[in-house]
Amino acid sequence: MDKKKKRLYIRTAILGVLAGLVIYTLYTNLTKDSRGTLEAGDKAPDFVLTDMSGEQHRLSDYEGKGVFLNFWGTWCEPCKKEMPHMEKMAQEYAGEVEILAVNVGESNFQVQNFAEQYGLTFPIAIDKSKEVMNTYGVNPLPTTFMIKPDGTIDQIVIGGLIVEDQVRALFERVKPSS
Amino acid sequence: MGKVKCECGHVNPHGTILCESCGRALTEEAKKENLVDMRYEGSARRSQTYNKTIIDKVWNFFSSVKVGIWIIVLILVAASFGTILPQEFYIPSNVEPEVYYEDVYGWFGKIYYMIGFHDLYNSIWFSALIAALGVSLVICSLDRVIPLYRALKTQRVDRHESFMKKQRLFAEQTGSLQEADMEKVRAELKKKHYKIREKNGSLLAEKNRFSRWGPYVNHVGLILFLVGAMLRSVQGMYVDELLWIREGETLQIPGTDGEYYVKNDQFTLENYEEGEDPEVFNEAINRVGTVAKNYQTDAILYHDENNGLPGAKPELSEVKHDDIQVNEPMKFDNFAVYQTSFRQDEMKAMHFALTNKVTGEEFGEVVVDLFDQQEMYDLGNGYKVELLGYYPDFDGFTEEGEPTSKSPLPNKPAFLFNMISPEKPDGEVSFVEIQNTMEPLGETTYKMAFKNLETRDVSALTIRKDLTLPILSIGGIIFMIGVIQGAYWNHRRIWIREKDGSIYTAGHTNKNWHGLKREIHTILEGTAVPEPEDRQTD
Repeated sequence: MDKKKKRLYIRTAILGVLAGLVIYTLYTNLTKDSRGTLEAGDKAPDFVLTDMSGEQHRLSDYEGKGVFLNFWGTWCEPCKKEMPHMEKMAQEYAGEVEILAVNVGESNFQVQNFAEQYGLTFPIAIDKSKEVMNTYGVNPLPTTFMIKPDGTIDQIVIGGLIVEDQVRALFERVKPSS
Repeated sequence: MGKVKCECGHVNPHGTILCESCGRALTEEAKKENLVDMRYEGSARRSQTYNKTIIDKVWNFFSSVKVGIWIIVLILVAASFGTILPQEFYIPSNVEPEVYYEDVYGWFGKIYYMIGFHDLYNSIWFSALIAALGVSLVICSLDRVIPLYRALKTQRVDRHESFMKKQRLFAEQTGSLQEADMEKVRAELKKKHYKIREKNGSLLAEKNRFSRWGPYVNHVGLILFLVGAMLRSVQGMYVDELLWIREGETLQIPGTDGEYYVKNDQFTLENYEEGEDPEVFNEAINRVGTVAKNYQTDAILYHDENNGLPGAKPELSEVKHDDIQVNEPMKFDNFAVYQTSFRQDEMKAMHFALTNKVTGEEFGEVVVDLFDQQEMYDLGNGYKVELLGYYPDFDGFTEEGEPTSKSPLPNKPAFLFNMISPEKPDGEVSFVEIQNTMEPLGETTYKMAFKNLETRDVSALTIRKDLTLPILSIGGIIFMIGVIQGAYWNHRRIWIREKDGSIYTAGHTNKNWHGLKREIHTILEGTAVPEPEDRQTD
């Protein structure tokens, strides 16, 4: 091979490797903060939690149905506001979209008391170790993940769902199409 | 762009200044100079020879030492700006940086934040500067070490007299070399560990050539260092997490993917007692009150055998007990768990006595765990206390009169009790907060008298893992080897040649000319071989 050509190839290769390393480093550094957090379109990570009546709920068991996965706390005001809407939708979309309300790390008494006060009938589980919350990267409460029948996330709603129609629209989007 | 053929017959790469073989000057400029620049043996630095494609242009840009030095200066200046105000990482986490910088540092802080200096070391342009330095190091080194290696490898024993004439140490004398003199010179050279090559009545003595590779070895170390730093951002290579854990709690260790759990059995803070070691501590104790002796978390490490699905009940098997003290971390796998901080006396449980307000008689004690409450506390004999509501961080009442809590943390606990007694089987409602009791539904005969508070300490542990440390230390060691190699040894050469009735001698070293001159003096002393003179006057 022509020596000059060979040199060009070597230079191109070295520069290519260096550029690759630099781009990789910059990319990983810039995405460090958002790494591990979920986005719409991602597969919802599987988890298993036991609800207040002792029943186990595994997310993958709900495939084929929409899931309204809600993280909440008894002390959080917007959580209190959205609960009645959720209760109403749970009745309307029974069998199509399931609600799973995950309380983050409070006591059984507090959650039980809250559920009785608001007359909630959908399954409520307590994430005592906050493991599921960490897996989903939930920061402010409430945060709601709308999960499609195929197990992917349709939408992530941060903050309270104050208006009933807004909640209905979310349910409508993830209900099975049949 | 052809090759350059020297009069001696050697074919040099384009751009060569001094013939690699005989040392004749090949460029007009070099021919005119009195002393030649020997830094790269007059070899063709590749960067200066091609400038055609975009690849060559990029290559040449980074190949320039001038550019490299500019990059270093820019990094130094930029890095210094980051030290004017505290970085975002160090400001209190409960305030927005946007507000913080302006509030604390005024207009300067505002501008500082706007430019992005508050998070300078993670900014893309700072990372890009560091990356440019890495690229510059690689290309500068490659472009110099290869031609230099070639030139030193192909150098001839019998250098052309014009090459010798342009050396800093040089002498010329008519006459011819005597074998007796040469014998002595050889012996002296050998004593000084020179490697001797001879050809056609010419002699080249050389030693410590490896010293010339010092800077490049040093650069390899630096590049390794940069690679190590780069690997920190690769997932799994570097973990730095904080875990607040209360006494008695068992929590997942962050950064271990749920594989490990830790239990805080007890947190201890010990202080030095007055008189314990009077000479050392009495003065300090008198001045500041207390001097801490030990911060310690008695920890138990568990492995979760049922890891995999978040939320699944962990099956913990004990790995070990360890006392975590400052500078005495608990180590497992590649992790180290350090004692970082603590908070003493967090509220854990409250004791109340059901008391008759008039007689003061007590009918039993209720212990409310602030983290796990019961619905009903049965005191026997028809006395019961029902918990109607618990507000861990009581924050007043809503318009509807409902008590609210502003966080899930038991900072200011309040309780709504229903006190059931034989006289009042339906119960009487009492709202109890710290140092205050309310009777929202009318006056009661009983009250919940506060008796006692159980507290516990909270320990903060830092979880660290750094797999890049070995790479960083190897990089550091190679860096130092390069420095020593280049700084401690000198590459020295001595040429002796007889041609057309004249004796030429010359010497070269990459540093410490004085040392070389002394060495040559002892070697040539007592011989007819002329001693080269230093022609650089400065």
